[in-house]
Amino acid sequence: MQLKIQYYALMREQAGLSEETIETSSVTPADLYGELTARYGFTLAREQLKVAVNSEFSEWSRRLAAGDAVVFIPPVAGG
Amino acid sequence: MRFRFTQTAIDTAEARRELLDLGAGGYVSFEGWVRDHNEGQEVTRLEYEAFQELAVKEGERIVADALRRFPVKHALCIHRVGTLGLNDMAVWVGVSSAHRGEAFEACRFIIDEVKHRVPIWKKEHYRSGDSGWVNCERCAAAPGHAHEHEHHDEPAALTIHK
Repeated sequence: MQLKIQYYALMREQAGLSEETIETSSVTPADLYGELTARYGFTLAREQLKVAVNSEFSEWSRRLAAGDAVVFIPPVAGG
Repeated sequence: MRFRFTQTAIDTAEARRELLDLGAGGYVSFEGWVRDHNEGQEVTRLEYEAFQELAVKEGERIVADALRRFPVKHALCIHRVGTLGLNDMAVWVGVSSAHRGEAFEACRFIIDEVKHRVPIWKKEHYRSGDSGWVNCERCAAAPGHAHEHEHHDEPAALTIHK
């Protein structure tokens, strides 16, 4: 299935792009993070991140659907 | 909108007007400024970036939480994104209420929650020429502990924790 991924901050720099559409067989955001870490060498452990699907926070075990927009959220630092 | 982003300087006079209420006896505000040091490094500028679609929703939820928890009149938070120099204002929170006590509490609650929950990131640029994403790089080797550092000299005297 196709998914849209957006990258921010450190992960944007490590991926070298801010968004992409990928074809994947990953079933959950957790699987997807593993797949993309293998591709881009992300240094953050999954335990340090949150994940959003379609612009709302999501569980890592959610079943992704074709067309979902996924954003991995590194530790935040507003203020 | 009770939480919003701006690419340009925060207009505090304009923001304050949104809090006016005939029943309010005063208002409390907090301004977060860019300072020249962090964790032993000399900082020269910051870049803020946000996942705005989710950040605005989460920010609105925080302000709504504050209005439910504390008997205040109005509350508003504005966060800057983009490149900021020293002494620039990164964030502004304002709360008006009948009495001062709950305004101080609600203001503190909002800035604390914004720092912990809203998907905003900052990259520090140092005099040495290095740069780093706050909470992301020095912690990369310590999974699960990214939010547990004490930032004793944060403008809001906050602890960034789990």
